[in-house]
Amino acid sequence: MTIPRQTADARIHDIGYRRYEGARLGARYARYSLFVHSLRGAFGLGRPARSKVLPWGLFAVMALPAVIMVAVASTTGTDELLIDHTRYALSMEPIVVLFLAMAAPQLVSLDLRYKTMPLYFSRPITRADYVTAKFAALVGALFLFTGLPLTISYVGGLLAELGFADQTTGYLQGLVATAVLSVLYAGIALLVASFTPRRGFGVAAVIAVLTIPGFAVYPLQALMETQDSEGAIGWFGLFSPASLVDGIQAAFLGGTTGFPAGVQPTTLQGIASLLAVAGLVALCLALLLRRYRKAGI
Amino acid sequence: MIQTRGLTKRYPRVTALDGLTVDIGPGVTGLIGSNGAGKSTLIKLLLGLAPATEGSAAVLGLDAAREGDAIRARVGYMPEHDCLPADVSATEFVVHMARMSGLPVTAARERTADTLRHVGLREERYRPMGGYSTGMKQRVKLAQALVHDPSLVLLDEPTNGLDPAGRDEMLSLIRRVHADFGISVLVTSHLLGELERTCDHIVVIDGGRLLRSQSTASFTEVTAALAIEVTDSDAHPRGSDAVRAALAAAGVTAAPTVGQLLEIEVTGAEVYDIVRDTVADLGLGLVRMEQRRHRIAEVFEEAQS
Repeated sequence: MTIPRQTADARIHDIGYRRYEGARLGARYARYSLFVHSLRGAFGLGRPARSKVLPWGLFAVMALPAVIMVAVASTTGTDELLIDHTRYALSMEPIVVLFLAMAAPQLVSLDLRYKTMPLYFSRPITRADYVTAKFAALVGALFLFTGLPLTISYVGGLLAELGFADQTTGYLQGLVATAVLSVLYAGIALLVASFTPRRGFGVAAVIAVLTIPGFAVYPLQALMETQDSEGAIGWFGLFSPASLVDGIQAAFLGGTTGFPAGVQPTTLQGIASLLAVAGLVALCLALLLRRYRKAGI
Repeated sequence: MIQTRGLTKRYPRVTALDGLTVDIGPGVTGLIGSNGAGKSTLIKLLLGLAPATEGSAAVLGLDAAREGDAIRARVGYMPEHDCLPADVSATEFVVHMARMSGLPVTAARERTADTLRHVGLREERYRPMGGYSTGMKQRVKLAQALVHDPSLVLLDEPTNGLDPAGRDEMLSLIRRVHADFGISVLVTSHLLGELERTCDHIVVIDGGRLLRSQSTASFTEVTAALAIEVTDSDAHPRGSDAVRAALAAAGVTAAPTVGQLLEIEVTGAEVYDIVRDTVADLGLGLVRMEQRRHRIAEVFEEAQS
């Protein structure tokens, strides 16, 4: 008869509690981690599959014209793309606004709804860290969202042997226009979303605030055209996010506006637009900081 | 661990803390007070999240007014209310919170797995937290407060909303946080009874003022009373009176309370033997013998008188 062998090595060891003696990287690292976490969150990464459908679906729609443009250019052999790089994001504005309306509440409204704020503020980061991390994440997400299609069409354009110098200048100017748009739109959308813990409200409010000024500005500009006061058209451009970006790219980045009668902004109007963007972004950040001054434990 | 000196916090309408001076050492300390007594305000000030109107507070030797960020790096906080996003798994969430506390990615993952195991969360840690029971949510909330291996955790009403079994599990978990993990605990509650068994030290505040601060042992020593109920016999038709007289002769004070119950002051361990022997000598049956402890209401009455 054999004695069952003692399986001494099959025990489960309870190693008990282990202390953490490693590095504690502090507030700057925490802010960076929050930035990465939020950037991933804007594209639904690290969340269930259904959170990924909308951002990636919108991105596919956003990138589709770029792919088609390149295909058309390479088959017809023209050396011009259908949409200027500097106006690409603007011509896709509804998609951009939809993406923001989804991403901005994802970044800030959920923290309010689930009352996660006390967990952040009981850690080394401050309110300003929270706001900058979230703002940077939304700007980054929007820049990727609008900039990647440009890159697709740029690379495609090079492969189709459109003029290298032209394409590169256009691409870089396009990236600058995209960056301006990203900073402005993200600031506004984040501020709007930070006021509601309800995602549905956030989505509706972001869409409304970003698009309604545009709906008001364009008819006014058209009215000015009929009144033969075309100089005022450019000035009216200061009053909506889309026309601000449009004015800037036309004044400084070699693009043309979508204003009525093809009016181009003067340099003075371009500078005013730049100042308006800077002022609006600063105002949004200041209001965001104010918004979170009371939020806490 | 924590020292406050004349700590006062006034809001435009109310005074939340009023000259609070208290020392809290290592171990498990219960902070008791009714709703609005100033417990949450005290935690806020200790974490350096709001300035004190007057006075000062120090946590782990750091000044709360000036070194709040250093305190927050070494202290864990578990809020009273629900604070967990529903669409994220416990693992994902606690890793994120560990990184928010400054832990590098790999350390954050390891510590998360360890901590979730210690608080008793198993396979469900990979599922979205929206589907968790209250008990599981409380465990995750505790885990996120412990994940960065703090020197001190502040637990705000951790037993809120739990059923009696869940309450006991949470209390023994809190005990382990100190006994096994070596982390000091400040736990708030509006019930004195449930913290007596868990805490080494009890601090009672009311209206932002300190009522009491003493070790649980001395608390029960001073306030311990014994309630007994005896049968009547032919020799002693009124059993409780007979016992009272006999106890008085032995130098033990007993006072009649409701019905046949006698409340006996416990001045030392020998009292239990005297009571047992007295009842046995009289030939009476001991129907009931139980520890009586003061409830928070009595502490308040004492403070007012």
